[in-house]
Amino acid sequence: MDSLRNSIKRLNPLSASDSDFLESMPFWLPATALVLLFVYGAIGWNVIISFTGWSGLGQPDYTNFTLEMYRQMPSDPDFMASLRNTIALLVAFTGVSLVVGLGLALLVDRKIRFESTFRTIYLLPMALSFVVTAIFWSWMYASNGLINTTLSGLGLGWLAHDWLGDPRFKLAAVIFALVWQFSGYCMIVYLAGLRSIPNDHYEAARIDGASTLTLYRRIIIPQLRSSTVGATVVLMVFALKAFDFIYVMFGTNPGRSVDILAVTMYREAFSSSEWAYGAAIAVVLFALALTIIGPYAYTQYKRGAL
Amino acid sequence: MATTTTDESEHTETESGLELRRIALYGALLALVGAYLSPLYSGLTTAFKTQEAYRNTSPLQPPLEGFTIDPWVTAGSELAFAMVNSFAMVIPAAVLSALFGSLTAYGLTKVDWRGQVFVLVLFLAAVFIPYQAVLVPLRQFWSMIGLSQLHPRGELVELTITHIAYGIPICTILFRSYYQTLDSELIEAARLDGASLARIYRKIVLPLSLPMFAVTLIYQFTQVWNDFLFALVLLSNRSNYVVTLELNALAGSMATDYSVQMAGAFIAALPTILVYILFGEQFAKGQTL
Repeated sequence: MDSLRNSIKRLNPLSASDSDFLESMPFWLPATALVLLFVYGAIGWNVIISFTGWSGLGQPDYTNFTLEMYRQMPSDPDFMASLRNTIALLVAFTGVSLVVGLGLALLVDRKIRFESTFRTIYLLPMALSFVVTAIFWSWMYASNGLINTTLSGLGLGWLAHDWLGDPRFKLAAVIFALVWQFSGYCMIVYLAGLRSIPNDHYEAARIDGASTLTLYRRIIIPQLRSSTVGATVVLMVFALKAFDFIYVMFGTNPGRSVDILAVTMYREAFSSSEWAYGAAIAVVLFALALTIIGPYAYTQYKRGAL
Repeated sequence: MATTTTDESEHTETESGLELRRIALYGALLALVGAYLSPLYSGLTTAFKTQEAYRNTSPLQPPLEGFTIDPWVTAGSELAFAMVNSFAMVIPAAVLSALFGSLTAYGLTKVDWRGQVFVLVLFLAAVFIPYQAVLVPLRQFWSMIGLSQLHPRGELVELTITHIAYGIPICTILFRSYYQTLDSELIEAARLDGASLARIYRKIVLPLSLPMFAVTLIYQFTQVWNDFLFALVLLSNRSNYVVTLELNALAGSMATDYSVQMAGAFIAALPTILVYILFGEQFAKGQTL
């Protein structure tokens, strides 16, 4: 069929491709126009706003451009603290979620009974809004909440803390709760990866007398590379924009120990009306996301996955 | 043959060891179930406790003494209008972005022309973009269009259109990966018979797409229902608040009353929890692309 079609293409002076292009336009053009306007148009507009110095009431002045917004970043302690926290959150949250998710996947993949029930429970937090989970976890971390009462009940009362009040623990508390919410997602990604490893790989290793540990190190973990890459991209990009959870838990001004760029951006623009500065912080966030998405999209394209 | 016999003797030797391992495995799985459900459990017990029981009992204890449903009544009456707003937004938003996604993926997958991969890269990248990068222009854009001045419900319409636009990339990518697995011979044959692209979509592709519509609709429903950021930026009139926004307001105004907060959180989460329990399989599919 393909060869037939190709020969038709060759015979036809107006190639089949070109007429397909015109005929297919009504299908993809409206949505593509919306995406170009709302996503790419808006990103470009945001970059322009970040150069205007716009603040307060009124409209941006598009005749005067300045780099001032970017220049003030390094000397803004709030911005620098947010940047540090964002990176810390990104690294710790992604790393721990992957490890926990892999652990869950390996446990669930041992031909257990009620597998789908276990899977459903571990993935459940992913179905909840961050507003909902932030409220649950505010109560978990409260002075008389489940975590502190359980610690006291186990005779570990000295470990009890004001988790959300103490600057030393705030960020860790947020990361712990987000790992709870996302590790189920890592589990299903890894499960799909585990199930695509051909059975004879295990058999061959078993016959060679490989121990379980070697089996994991040599066969299973390397085969999970593409699952790891995919999940890492999703987790890292999420970590950059983890706004809702922190905003609902701590409000617009969460303090320097847990402030992240996404929150700083919102506060500068929508609370302080420092629109241009907020836009500039958003550009930084976007650039960070691009360094993650860019290589990923490129390799997907190279592998022909698109 | 020889290997079989050694296997069997090994089996009897280590049977009790295997048994123990099995018990440890299920023990670990159940402990994890406890850990994963604990935030919901402590929320649920607290939502049924009177203020006195809340102060005097641990969140681990079920609400046997001091049982009350008052927190649910209070939270429910606070959130009712916002639940209605959320449904009014989420249904058109999910349906339209799924439909756009299907049409677009069809136009970019089953018809070939140069440059379609470029368009797809734009869509793939759009899935991952941090929305902070569009918030300020988005607010400028909608204030220029001014739907909120035309009608008191205008803001809600703005929010719905915004969700449709930002939902299209992921829906397209989901449909695209599915359409790639469809048999193209059928479509090629119909093409050679002179069927138009629209007719092929209606007669062949759309009926085959129903399982994928379930996946994308569930994905979008959960996404849009749970959204907080766009609503926070676009809605200013309290009567237009969607449930996530109203729940946050409720939690702020009842900061010391955890019972009402927990009941409210469960009420706001109920639609997504129900969808998740009924369509867990489709939900998981949407998450893994």
